[in-house]
Amino acid sequence: MPAANIQVSETPLVLYALRRADDALVLGHRLSEWCGHAPMMEEDMALSNIALDLIGQARELYTYAAKAEGKGNDEDKLAYLRDVRQYRNLLLVEQPNGDFAQTLVRQFFYSAFADLYWRAMMTSRDATLAAIAAKSEKESAYHLRHASEWIIRLGDGTDESRQRAQAAIDHLWAFTGEMFAADEGERALIHAGIAVDPGTLRGRWMTTLSEVVGEATLHLPQGDWMQQGGRSGRHSEHLGHLLSELQSMQRTFPGQTW
Amino acid sequence: MVTVLEHDSELRQRAWDAAAGVVDPEIPVLTIADLGVLRDVVLDGDHVEVAITPTYSGCPAMNMIAVEIEVALERAGFREPKVRTVLSPAWTTDWMSDEGRRKLHAYGIAPPQASSSRRALFGEQAVTCPQCNSRETELLSEFGSTSCKALWRCKSCREPFDYFKCH
Repeated sequence: MPAANIQVSETPLVLYALRRADDALVLGHRLSEWCGHAPMMEEDMALSNIALDLIGQARELYTYAAKAEGKGNDEDKLAYLRDVRQYRNLLLVEQPNGDFAQTLVRQFFYSAFADLYWRAMMTSRDATLAAIAAKSEKESAYHLRHASEWIIRLGDGTDESRQRAQAAIDHLWAFTGEMFAADEGERALIHAGIAVDPGTLRGRWMTTLSEVVGEATLHLPQGDWMQQGGRSGRHSEHLGHLLSELQSMQRTFPGQTW
Repeated sequence: MVTVLEHDSELRQRAWDAAAGVVDPEIPVLTIADLGVLRDVVLDGDHVEVAITPTYSGCPAMNMIAVEIEVALERAGFREPKVRTVLSPAWTTDWMSDEGRRKLHAYGIAPPQASSSRRALFGEQAVTCPQCNSRETELLSEFGSTSCKALWRCKSCREPFDYFKCH
């Protein structure tokens, strides 16, 4: 019999950790889909390495969410035994890899945010989140550098690479607004000094984007209509397919270990 | 009382030495003490708990290292040793010992260079070739065979080599 979904008591703190864990796991899984398929060996290693970092961050965050919840869940149950509507990640990170440009633009948008976010979270009053931030911050800085170099190379490359990079920017833009939103529960955590207000990071995020995209001779869309829903479990059609692959072993053989 | 204390400090030293001898499975010339991964050894009666810190969040070698520490401590006579992972303060290559840097160089991996700024979005780095010591080298890939390494090439001797990234 397939394993049933677990229920999670989503207090503001549990939900907060879970959302960031889901971001890291889903993006890490997406990048791992490139393993063995990237356009060149170096990029195969790079994307797999970044995937490893993100999955490592996800493990720490899930472990913390489980501990904060205190109901006997653990990192594996949280990753493998929640259904699509229980996932709380940003819509951005679940978008399909598309072509190489789309993968790198998605990574660039996310890493430019993660770099600022984790750096700010290092001063969180929550000791565990601050410690996770201190590790993730270093990794995100490296991920951002990698993605930035590719945005420039693609934008300032051939007509084909330039057109694809611009198309990816235009396509993914509407998924970026969600990164800067905070609901009521998160507002309370921000007020308590546990979380950072993501809205305060938007200016610097735009500065990073403008610099890199400018150097790449590409441009950012003017539109400000933003897609939302991931944080409350309303996802695009893509996440269900991703989870069916990610969770298939635990769903089919509950409790199975290597 | 004095005897007990001396006994404890001897025991702790024995536990430390056993744990400190465990090597990184990916870079077997480096011990976890060389790497700065071994953070603490705490003795409670006859029970020992070792604190380690991960190099990178997703480094797959960490699970292996934890198992190896338990085995090493059991061999040294400690029953049911425990390994605890600590995240704070975050690991940095600054903790790598001079001995560790020498071993890396001798092994053919360029050790982390303190002068490089990891914050710079696009920075020039000068890495010395561990084969011929030339400064004329170039970056091939920011990411290498493991999380902690980048791939470089020497323009003088033409040998590609791993560089242990500054972190």
